[in-house]
Amino acid sequence: MARILNRNKQKESVQDKIFDVTLFILLTIILIIVAYPLYFVIIASVSDPSAVAGGHVTLFPVGLNFSGYAEVFKNDKVMRGFVNAIFYTFMGTCINLLVTIPTAYAMSRKDFAGKKFVMYFYMVTMFISGGLIPTYLVVKSMGMLDTMWALVVPGALSVYNMIVARTFFESSLPEELFEAARVDGCDHFKFFFKIALPLSKAIIAIMVLYYGIGHWNNYFSALIYMKTETKFPLQLVLRSILVQNEAALSQQVTSQAAQAALQAQRELVELMKYSLIIVSSVPVMILYPFVQKHFVKGVMIGSVKG
Amino acid sequence: MKRREKNAVPRQKLSFAKVMRRDYPLWLFLLPGLIITFIFSYIPLYGVQIAFRDYMPTLGFSGSPWVGLKYFKQFFDSPYFFTTLRNTLIISVYSLIAGFPIPILLALALNAFKHKHYTKVIQTVTYAPNFISVVVMCGMLTLFLSPSSGVVNKIIELFGGEAVNFMAQKEYWRHIYVWSGIWQTMGWNSIIYFAALANVSPDLHEAAIMDGATKLQVIRHIDLPCIMPTAIVLLILSCGSILSVGFEKVFLLQNPLNKSVSEVISTYVYQVGMINANPSYSSAIGLFNSAINAVMLIFVNKIARKGAGISLY
Repeated sequence: MARILNRNKQKESVQDKIFDVTLFILLTIILIIVAYPLYFVIIASVSDPSAVAGGHVTLFPVGLNFSGYAEVFKNDKVMRGFVNAIFYTFMGTCINLLVTIPTAYAMSRKDFAGKKFVMYFYMVTMFISGGLIPTYLVVKSMGMLDTMWALVVPGALSVYNMIVARTFFESSLPEELFEAARVDGCDHFKFFFKIALPLSKAIIAIMVLYYGIGHWNNYFSALIYMKTETKFPLQLVLRSILVQNEAALSQQVTSQAAQAALQAQRELVELMKYSLIIVSSVPVMILYPFVQKHFVKGVMIGSVKG
Repeated sequence: MKRREKNAVPRQKLSFAKVMRRDYPLWLFLLPGLIITFIFSYIPLYGVQIAFRDYMPTLGFSGSPWVGLKYFKQFFDSPYFFTTLRNTLIISVYSLIAGFPIPILLALALNAFKHKHYTKVIQTVTYAPNFISVVVMCGMLTLFLSPSSGVVNKIIELFGGEAVNFMAQKEYWRHIYVWSGIWQTMGWNSIIYFAALANVSPDLHEAAIMDGATKLQVIRHIDLPCIMPTAIVLLILSCGSILSVGFEKVFLLQNPLNKSVSEVISTYVYQVGMINANPSYSSAIGLFNSAINAVMLIFVNKIARKGAGISLY
């Protein structure tokens, strides 16, 4: 009896070992598939232009070279787009917070009489929307076309983010806390500013990240609403260079240019694109270690109550 | 009034005036959000009626002449109706079938994997692409797939193959679109399943192992059933948006050579409304799209409720 049990155990552990090894190999393959393109952009951005174009860059940078970055920083459009994007992201995120956090706080109060009505009011907008053109026409009639306001005001409140924040408040600011404060003569204003906000640094961080990255990465609103090129945010500039393949070099190619020079120019354009990807991702990359922890937390809070 | 009293039963009953005096700060807190949502979500909803009218900017939403179903008929009769509907359906069903199971499998694999540090590394790396903007993502695709200098073609040439101009050939377009999307989101989408798996009681695992279950059997008979409810809710939600293939990425990957497979409803709405400047026609197409989505959501939810007893509402 004992022997049978023992043999069984051994057979299983062999199976489990095979399972463990397979799992390890599988996960490693996934890791490589995800990581390699990211890694490749980094090493290509600091390699020699002709090595990148010739496909000689595989595992390590070839002939350390920063001319791609030099081109990026010499490009007026990119630099202006970068400054614009920082400004829009900052303003947009501030407006988002000013609208979202108070709304979420109010919605988290258990005995607030209008709660149900307001929730329906917001839920409706999650499932049906007027669509592209009617929204565009409303923005236009508000005189917001081609201004920053078109990018930051219409989406000032994301219902999903508001629900995440509300769920956070519900669990971190129990009704008893408010009741206790109220006995001491505290109204909602005082409670919100003196007690709720100081206790909510975590959720404010999550909101800043959710909204901030949304603004930074958004190109659609700018595509629809912005007309003047000098007001374009970075993503729209990136679109013309990376996707539409617009000539992006600081000096123009002249028709008399020798074939070799032309080739070098083309290679430099390719190299510049890799550098551009890195430069445009720097703000997010700096935040990433910090972002990861909080983003994940946000997904968890959101999934508790959808 | 009645409802409020019912809800407030355990506490003392408050008069309306008292409630208002206590709650007016909350209404003030809500005001900015309510105004913005009203203007930018509800007025456009009212504006949807231009799908049934010949919209003229000077006459406004409700003053423009009524034309009934003219624009809907125009869309159903146009050759674009079939093409865009087909492309939208193929892309979204393909994305759903290929993209839905992968995060689940990733979460199950990570959960079963015993080296916690390595798990952490894999999670950190697989979440990262989610933060790449769609413009950069499409830029990377064009760079990597470029026929002259792209790394993918260099690899193909290394193995003796011939360089392929991926972006110019329409038969690759759907695969590029779908698999790049999976690459970008699989890690992120696995978080929610990973969280659900963390709630599975370790007692269940221990009991199963005591009874001689292999690791694969534990996954099959314990982990998988435990995340099924989460999976079904997410499946219902994605079915509800089956006709809303995101505009942003399709638009960026579109070029004249692949338009016959890449023109979807949302890009066509943009084309008609913003480029051809035909707001009423564009709104009609958009409205048709939302209507189908709503019907799909209700339909799939019904199936899920009958089949698995799970419902969104």
